[in-house]
Amino acid sequence: MSEDIKKFLYVNRKAPYGTIYALESLEVVLIGAAFDQDVSLAFLDDGVFQLTKGQDTKEIGVKNFSPTFRALGDYEVTKLFVERESLDERGLSADDLQDIVWEDEDDDYAEKPSIRIISRAEMADIMADQDVILSF
Amino acid sequence: MSYDVNGTTVEHDEEGYITNLGDWTEDLANVIATAEEVDMNDEHWAVVNFLREYYEEYQIAPAVRVLIKSIKKSMGPEIGNNKYMYELFPYGPAKQACKIAGLPKPTGCV
Repeated sequence: MSEDIKKFLYVNRKAPYGTIYALESLEVVLIGAAFDQDVSLAFLDDGVFQLTKGQDTKEIGVKNFSPTFRALGDYEVTKLFVERESLDERGLSADDLQDIVWEDEDDDYAEKPSIRIISRAEMADIMADQDVILSF
Repeated sequence: MSYDVNGTTVEHDEEGYITNLGDWTEDLANVIATAEEVDMNDEHWAVVNFLREYYEEYQIAPAVRVLIKSIKKSMGPEIGNNKYMYELFPYGPAKQACKIAGLPKPTGCV
């Protein structure tokens, strides 16, 4: 079976609202999670805003889907790579992002962080290592 | 299309999922369950309540395997397994239980 597993990277570059890309990407990830592949998510450019905490969409009349990122661990999606340079360029830091964790069943359900902040150079390496890249 | 709950009407779509999630009450759940030919017992309610809590926290209805995994963790493997869940909800635990819980159809269900 292991030889059938491919590495999928979903690249998120757009702000969460204003276009449908961010929500569509998340839905594809949730649906695609049923196929037991090795899934990672990348957040860069304005995509880093998708993970910010304290989002409130009441005034723009759309659903706030940011809590759904915290469900990804249940779907065995446990690698959320965030590009440090994109955060810096927008005046953001790790503290501005939601706490997103996954439960490790093999480690007595210990909660482990899903978000990994990496450099642009490391992001390039991760992209080079994938079988499939889907860009949103 | 609508359900009748003690004289008030609650709108639903062509598949029976309610239109306005805020319309949900336990009485409505019983009405939907009757329409689905599900006789609600404590275990059905446990699943329905779990789904409502999950939706409240994450804003999605979980996929069926996520549901079963979570029920297994909270209520044990005798209840949290595929076979038992399908006995409780013959038309699919996620699909049918979400309908009774007043949630949208789970993401990925066709």
